[in-house]
Amino acid sequence: MDFLQQFCQQTLNGLSLGSIYALLALGYTMVYGIIKLINFAHGDILMVGAFVSYFVLKQWGITPVTLMLSFLPAMLFCLTLGVTMEKLCYKPLRNQPRINSLITAIGVSFLLENGARVLPMIGPNPRVFPTLPVVNYNWFGLVSISQVQILVFVVAIFLMLVLNYIVSFTKIGKAMRAVSFDKGASALMGINVDRVISFTFVLGSSLAAAAGILFASAYPQIEPYMGIMPGMKAFIAAVLGGIGSIPGAVLGGLILGVAETLTKGFLSSQLSDAIAFGLLILILVVKPSGLLGKPMGEKV
Amino acid sequence: MSKKKTTVVSGFVVAIVLLLLNVLVALRIIDEYTSQVLTIAGINVIIALGLNLISGFTGQLALGHAGFMAVGAYTTAALMMKLNIHVFPAIIGGALMAAIFGFLIGLPTLRLRGDYLAIVTLGFGEIIRVVMINLPDLTGGPAGLKGIPTYTTNFFWRPVVSFALVYFVLAFVVVLLSNLLRSSHGKAIISIREDEIAANAMGINVFYYKIFSFTVSAFIGGLGGALYAPFFGYLSPNMFNFQKSVEFLIIVVLGGMGNLTGTVLAGIGLTYLQEVLRFLKDYRLVIYPLILIVVMIFQPSGIMGLFGNREFSLATLINKLNSERPTQEKSSDKAGEVQ
Repeated sequence: MDFLQQFCQQTLNGLSLGSIYALLALGYTMVYGIIKLINFAHGDILMVGAFVSYFVLKQWGITPVTLMLSFLPAMLFCLTLGVTMEKLCYKPLRNQPRINSLITAIGVSFLLENGARVLPMIGPNPRVFPTLPVVNYNWFGLVSISQVQILVFVVAIFLMLVLNYIVSFTKIGKAMRAVSFDKGASALMGINVDRVISFTFVLGSSLAAAAGILFASAYPQIEPYMGIMPGMKAFIAAVLGGIGSIPGAVLGGLILGVAETLTKGFLSSQLSDAIAFGLLILILVVKPSGLLGKPMGEKV
Repeated sequence: MSKKKTTVVSGFVVAIVLLLLNVLVALRIIDEYTSQVLTIAGINVIIALGLNLISGFTGQLALGHAGFMAVGAYTTAALMMKLNIHVFPAIIGGALMAAIFGFLIGLPTLRLRGDYLAIVTLGFGEIIRVVMINLPDLTGGPAGLKGIPTYTTNFFWRPVVSFALVYFVLAFVVVLLSNLLRSSHGKAIISIREDEIAANAMGINVFYYKIFSFTVSAFIGGLGGALYAPFFGYLSPNMFNFQKSVEFLIIVVLGGMGNLTGTVLAGIGLTYLQEVLRFLKDYRLVIYPLILIVVMIFQPSGIMGLFGNREFSLATLINKLNSERPTQEKSSDKAGEVQ
């Protein structure tokens, strides 16, 4: 019973962490699906989002309402940042070898991290993110769920539904799917490819900002380098689920979150990072297209 | 002048230049601080040359070279401290260990392409670091490993010996790589970068050459790390993080991917710049990524791209001075050239 209880509790914690990874992984997968670029800086957008919300909450004080309201400025700021990044750094390189954009993305990521570090109002030292007092709800004596975890689930599910609506039922969503299917053909059909790419960054960056606030609420310590590990894990999640596939990113995020908390709970907390990378290598060697991805043929 | 004669003369010139620099260090005309900076620059250049082989010439972006550096450094330190082996065989041991790691990591990962390979090598670099933190007997754990025997305890000779050794190894690596790139192996490696599918269709065993290139690259990375351990006398796993790997990448990119001359110039230049900019404190951290982005957007072929991506070749220079037609040399000089 004790083992079962711990197992259930860790699984629940994992699902909560996994939803955050899933939100972040959606950004990776959409950007990759459209311009075939691993946006290394995506994890750092999470950091920026967390900091924007931190400053807003410090101004307004922390109540459930201000916490929800702080999503708005954070998401707006991050989507502006995401689009600026795309226009300045990635767009000029679109017709060059992919390795060049990848290196630029690494540069952008370091620029955001170190930029935040040297900014006098952020600085290198960790800060405590304001949180609501912890309330735990018990379910059948089996697992306890905190209100932060409920917040994570609610926000994550809501945003995923919104995303699903945008991608499946709106005109721009249809354009996104078309561009990711065949960029050249969709340009010929009169789709403004540049606008679609920018819109993808808008969606991805705002999801990352939301993930940042959720992550900071769950682990209330924020610093300029906080985005690296979640970014890495979310990327692994996107690959695990099949990069380019939106349901895959969610599935991959949840699997990775559960795998991580179970490793932490039953094996060793230090190994959890190594396990995530091990999982990535395994999936790439065994099934490179991921769980839900379509196998890609080689084009000459 | 015959080819053999040219080689002898260039070897002679290199030896003279190295000797001269050492005399300058020994006489403290190049002061101790500068010689130390130059030694670090030399080590950085060695590792960046290794990275250039796999990323610049083979076209496979690898982001875990700090990991190989760490393997080389720690193996050397362990050989010297636990087994009391002399520093020179210990350095070779460290480099060989990194090569073994490179081979073993390359086997599963080099089947992957481009971005995936980058992430997986990054992952392996991080795993190496995490494992090292968790092996306190061998590595001193997160606190680091202190008291590694240095090259010599003599204060006067210490900077001279480290400087001489590092630049001797650097010259060796440059000769090794430029000869490798002119050989049939080198042509095969470059053909993989230019078009992997076409290379495969021409009967080149792409996977074999990738593994070969990655192993040599890891060997050189380990060599750099191995030189680093007895130079500093202190190692900590956190010295070898992802940031360090990216520093080498910046050197390669700034110098020009697939250009040895550029890597040497950029490596020495950037390391020196880092010292010059010390007064900027943390703001230096912003300059590096900016260099990376700006170079990639405006001059993706690096500084040597401004000079037609040619390699500096002593043999060509000697032949030119000798005013004979260096027909043979000319064709081989273009080994590293991008179309």
